[in-house]
Amino acid sequence: MSSVSQNTAPMRRSSFASRMKLRDLVLIPVIGLVMIIGSFVSPSFLLPENLLNVLQQSSELSILVIAQSLILICGKFDLSLESTVGLAPMLAAWLMISDTSIGGSGIGINGYAGIGVALLTGLVVGLINGLLVVKLRLNAFITTLAMLILLRGMTLGITNGQTLFDLPEPFLYLGTAKWAGVPASIWIAGVLFLLFGLFMRYHRTGRAIYAIGGNAEAARVAGIPVERITIGVFVVGSLLAALAGLLLTGRIASVMAGQGQNMIFYVFAAAVIGGISLNGGQGRMIGALTGVLLLGLLQNVLTLSSVAAFWIDACYGAIILLALIVTRLTGDAPQN
Amino acid sequence: MTAIAPGFAAEAHGVVKRFGPIEVLHGVDIAIPVGDARAIVGRNGAGKSTLVSLLTGIHSPNAGEIRLAGQPAPAQGDRRAWRERVACVYQRWMVIPHLTVAENLLLNNQPARAGLVSWRSVRDRAMAALADWELDVSPDLEAWRLTVEQRQIVEIARALLQGSRFIILDEPTAELERKEVNRLFDRIRALQDAGVTFLYISHHLEEIYEICRTVTVMRDGDVVADAPLDELPRDALVAAMVGPGVATGRRQSRPVSDAPVKTGLEIRDLALGDDIEGFNLSVAAGECVGLAGLAGSGKDRIAEAVAGLAVPKAGTISIFGQPAPLGSVAAMRAAGVGYVARDRHVRGLFPQMSVGENLVTTILERLGRLGLISSAKQAATVNDQIRTLGIVATSGEQRISELSGGNQQKAMVGRALASSPRVLVLDAPTQGVDVASKEALYGIIDAAKARGMAVLLVSDDLDELSICDRVAVIFRGRITRSFARDWKEHDMVAAIEGLY
Repeated sequence: MSSVSQNTAPMRRSSFASRMKLRDLVLIPVIGLVMIIGSFVSPSFLLPENLLNVLQQSSELSILVIAQSLILICGKFDLSLESTVGLAPMLAAWLMISDTSIGGSGIGINGYAGIGVALLTGLVVGLINGLLVVKLRLNAFITTLAMLILLRGMTLGITNGQTLFDLPEPFLYLGTAKWAGVPASIWIAGVLFLLFGLFMRYHRTGRAIYAIGGNAEAARVAGIPVERITIGVFVVGSLLAALAGLLLTGRIASVMAGQGQNMIFYVFAAAVIGGISLNGGQGRMIGALTGVLLLGLLQNVLTLSSVAAFWIDACYGAIILLALIVTRLTGDAPQN
Repeated sequence: MTAIAPGFAAEAHGVVKRFGPIEVLHGVDIAIPVGDARAIVGRNGAGKSTLVSLLTGIHSPNAGEIRLAGQPAPAQGDRRAWRERVACVYQRWMVIPHLTVAENLLLNNQPARAGLVSWRSVRDRAMAALADWELDVSPDLEAWRLTVEQRQIVEIARALLQGSRFIILDEPTAELERKEVNRLFDRIRALQDAGVTFLYISHHLEEIYEICRTVTVMRDGDVVADAPLDELPRDALVAAMVGPGVATGRRQSRPVSDAPVKTGLEIRDLALGDDIEGFNLSVAAGECVGLAGLAGSGKDRIAEAVAGLAVPKAGTISIFGQPAPLGSVAAMRAAGVGYVARDRHVRGLFPQMSVGENLVTTILERLGRLGLISSAKQAATVNDQIRTLGIVATSGEQRISELSGGNQQKAMVGRALASSPRVLVLDAPTQGVDVASKEALYGIIDAAKARGMAVLLVSDDLDELSICDRVAVIFRGRITRSFARDWKEHDMVAAIEGLY
């Protein structure tokens, strides 16, 4: 035992560095580089208002990235998150608006009940996905793809494709409020990253999620309730997506039928660039956060730059590919 | 058994287990006293793995009772209770690849307060365990970087950290080098001295005499012998495993002619993986040679090397005197090798496709030009094959998954024969096939021999081996024994299991 205690000290000292592996921090210099480039591209880039704007616009995406990261680490997929971003606030808005001529239901529930409806919608969607994937053993990719199409269609169908305005104040609060001069959605996204980062690192259930994604059979043998936790992860993921939908609705003070559309691609891009493995069991919230920040800053720099508007998406896609290649070359294990 | 004596780590009383209509265990009794080191031996299909799955709570018996540490077994879903009473080190990897060694050691057992893991205690306990086991790896290493030996030690150490004093080892040495096996045995002995009970499952009988005190022999779902090992000499042990079957290779099929024959397949100085080196084997034209061995002995990889699936590190494979290009399936097929992989469900069948499509996958280029397939040519080839092989199917259009196992297997052999090979490599060709189809498949092999093909038959099934003109036994990558036609089952089993 004495030899052990001798070994402990030097290993402890290096343990933070070894815990914060290269892979999780590899994007930080890249983010720095983008910021330097940004400051040359436009003098307004480094202004606090602009940076806060970037953070606020990234806040919904980042909440979805937390959700997808949880699910990916557990070894599954959820494509339907982006449609929950639309459906959850749409359903709530429809129930809240009492004027049927502008697409409301005429029921007119209040704003707090609306928040409850939105979150409940997320919970139900997640539960259905979880049950289908875990209990019926359907493939997660195709199940949630079908769910994506279904929910997107429901969002359109509820209001015949209309955008809903005139939402009660409590419903918009989280997306519009500022706390200490900083938009509430940034606080919320930041706190969620911190909480989920700590949860995944320090809570036994968080560790169990890594174990399930790494080797579900071994996890089962080790006594981890694999099915229950996997369903739970789908539920929490969809709840987060509903929350993201709520924030987005507040920010733009309306719900569009196409709300959340195409977000899922950026969600996957941010998570994978941030080191979350598509094969499960690997990656950290801190890495996912750097992935989101990088994408948000890139988009802002491209918008501020003189790149023709119609070419921004192409540049964005090329840079995501480049980021994937760079992170693959600096990371230790391949994506498959 | 009326009264249940205390002091047993594990007991099964009259345990029956059925999977669907098939009864795999017919009322098994076993009682393992605390501190024992018990071996379970038996041929494939004897019911060893099923018994282990019952003793570890993966399955529950249809009848009978399992008791652990003198208590009735926990409810089937209560994994935690099971884990405290019995731990199993499986053949498959049961570590989580991207978690650290420390976390794997304390998987789902991390010291935690209110669900929050104390990483300091995890590391301390892991390091103490690693020191106890004299395992020189960092607790921060990700588990996928471990060697097989280190991984096993991590799994055994994990079991002990969960508080289990009864450990089942399922073929722990299958992938280990000899010196690693010795180190593992030293550790097992130390644990035995400390009062840990072991149940040891192995095909390597020589290891059982080295490490175990008592043995339970299973055959066809029954316990047929239960004795201290020093009262059961090797001959008697093998006899119990084989059962009162008939002796000797029965099928004295066509006599081999005395005329000088050409060498069809010649493997020279083959090196493959870590354990096969300088491997030599030759098969004459018109001869059927068996390559017998356990799973993991290297027999399947040698077949794969001849088929072009495995890339040898060194050596040559010649087909009728011509050295063949190694490591390419297409090149080997062009050189004249036909291959039937073991386990048709995993490595052979395209279950959604028709019998015909399954038969011609290797010869599509012969059925038309520029990659286009002439359906007339395909139908003609397929009908011809179905007739000569005696495949029972409504037509070539029938889905192959609707056929019986035997007819599926005929189609697999037919696919290998479709490219008109001169060397035929068959890996467990009659596995999971009824008796009549077995005979039919043997007939197909005999016909191939008669046409001058060199047949290499890789198997651990005595019935299959009995059709071979001679049999080479491979053990841990080396040929340890050769048999001419008239071998006794007892000798063959002993050789396969590593008792020379």
